[in-house]
Amino acid sequence: MPSPAIQTENLTKDYPTGFLHLKKRRSLEGLTMQVEEGEAFGFLGPNGAGKSTTIKLLMGIIFPTSGTAQILGRPITDVEMHKDIGYLPEQPYFYDYLTAAELLDYFARFYNFSGAERKERVAKMLKKVGLETAGKIQLRKYSKGMLQRVGLAQAILHDPKVVILDEPMSGLDPIGRREVRDIILELKQQGKTVLFSTHILTDAETLCDKVGVIVGGKLQGIGRPDEIVGLKTQGMEILFEANAGNAKSTAILARAKKSGSRYSLRVSEESVYEALDELKAAGAKIASVSQVKPTLEEYFMHLVGKDRAQAAAVEVSDNK
Amino acid sequence: MSRIFSVAVNTFREAVRDRVLYNLVFFALLMIAAAIFVGQISLEIESIIIVTLGLSAISAIGLLIAVFTGVGLVSKEIEKRTLYALVAKPVRRWEFLVGKFGGLVLTLAVNTVAMALGLFLALLFVKRSLGPADVTTLIAVYFIFLKIAIVISLALLFSCFTSQLLAILFTVGLYIAGLFIYQMRDLSGSKLSPATQLFFTWISYLLPNFENFNVMAAAAHGKAVPGSLIWQNTLYAATYCVIVLTLASVVFSRRNLK
Repeated sequence: MPSPAIQTENLTKDYPTGFLHLKKRRSLEGLTMQVEEGEAFGFLGPNGAGKSTTIKLLMGIIFPTSGTAQILGRPITDVEMHKDIGYLPEQPYFYDYLTAAELLDYFARFYNFSGAERKERVAKMLKKVGLETAGKIQLRKYSKGMLQRVGLAQAILHDPKVVILDEPMSGLDPIGRREVRDIILELKQQGKTVLFSTHILTDAETLCDKVGVIVGGKLQGIGRPDEIVGLKTQGMEILFEANAGNAKSTAILARAKKSGSRYSLRVSEESVYEALDELKAAGAKIASVSQVKPTLEEYFMHLVGKDRAQAAAVEVSDNK
Repeated sequence: MSRIFSVAVNTFREAVRDRVLYNLVFFALLMIAAAIFVGQISLEIESIIIVTLGLSAISAIGLLIAVFTGVGLVSKEIEKRTLYALVAKPVRRWEFLVGKFGGLVLTLAVNTVAMALGLFLALLFVKRSLGPADVTTLIAVYFIFLKIAIVISLALLFSCFTSQLLAILFTVGLYIAGLFIYQMRDLSGSKLSPATQLFFTWISYLLPNFENFNVMAAAAHGKAVPGSLIWQNTLYAATYCVIVLTLASVVFSRRNLK
């Protein structure tokens, strides 16, 4: 059975705090998860949840307090494994005295490409991220969005099997975001494993095969975006048009919400036919009937709210 | 090896683009001024002044660059987060460190060679010819370069675990202490207790001994330097740099980059 592309087991990270570094703040707690090969995995969580900490641990930028992790079946301490990994740091910053082409050429040297191969790859990547005309400008003159694009180019420069992107949409305008989304989809189509962190839920919903939600340093849920929020229908929504001219319609309109020229009415699955009969009798024109499912955003907000409530409770009990 | 070379070349490129080599203009002006004014003094001492002034300037400028650029070699990369993308490449942390060291040594080698050329041109201007006695000046320049290499390694070590300001203080402190090694080993005439004297003797062997690298007086007076001192100093500098870089690698390989 092939090993997962990314695997972590009880990965924990404490940061020392205070003047003498005697106190500790737990940033990540016992993270155990798997990302299969060829999967697009979205790592979701609010700011400071532990997303970047996890990615930095995977990339060897920081070291775990306890626990282990493997990428492509090899421990994260194995530097040679980095030949098969591409990484985009959060809010990337590069040597600003170099041009984008020079930076990519410099990074390409670590993969033992020949001079001609480097030149070809650099040109290809600059074109891919829309910087072919800005390739000879020093990075100190680049905007945040342009740096993000350079960051993406250097992450996929060597055609890695696993691509890890920390907040890839950050700092990008709508066009840039669309382009990054297209690149991620392209990588997915090529069979690459893509792990990216984000707090933009629509990106995760549209791009990911699987998502992991992390809040307060703890993994709160992992699975398919629709699976994670639960497939159970929360009821039915009826959209209709009606005139408030008679007693029957007045009664039903009191229970409905007005949105534009239409009304929406939420009812349970069992009472949908009863409600439709009632609307028919009131002379309403039915526009649509659909299932109501929780969105990833609702699920996410529920978890974040729960975590904050817990933190507040701990704070209150500490103060007692 | 190619990874180390790549990091070294990039470090050299950074120094050049950050206009580190602009100091050469200052040195050239100093040598031109010295050559013109010294020519009006006694013929006997003109070469002594040129050599002393030139070697002092080569040493001071080299050391300033070594300290102020050296202490930022690693800490600046961590602060600016330029290291994140690099650490994710197939490059070991020690390879990065050796590359950074090599890049700054290369920068200062170019700088020292250029300044030495300026010094010999000034000497040629005042003396009209160069003789065998001037070989000692060349050796003195080489010793300054070795001294600079040791200072770079120390600055790099401190750059791995502390702030730039503290790294400057530590490096300069060690450099100054290294100029008084023999005094530390001979404290018999002092009022210090035997235990303290022993402590200083031990410490003196750990500190970089820069006294052996100073042949400025011999160079200024055209006196020969024993050949054994050349290879002894070369071996000493190489060994010291390797030990300090090993220590730096141990420290840096365990460091969380935040």
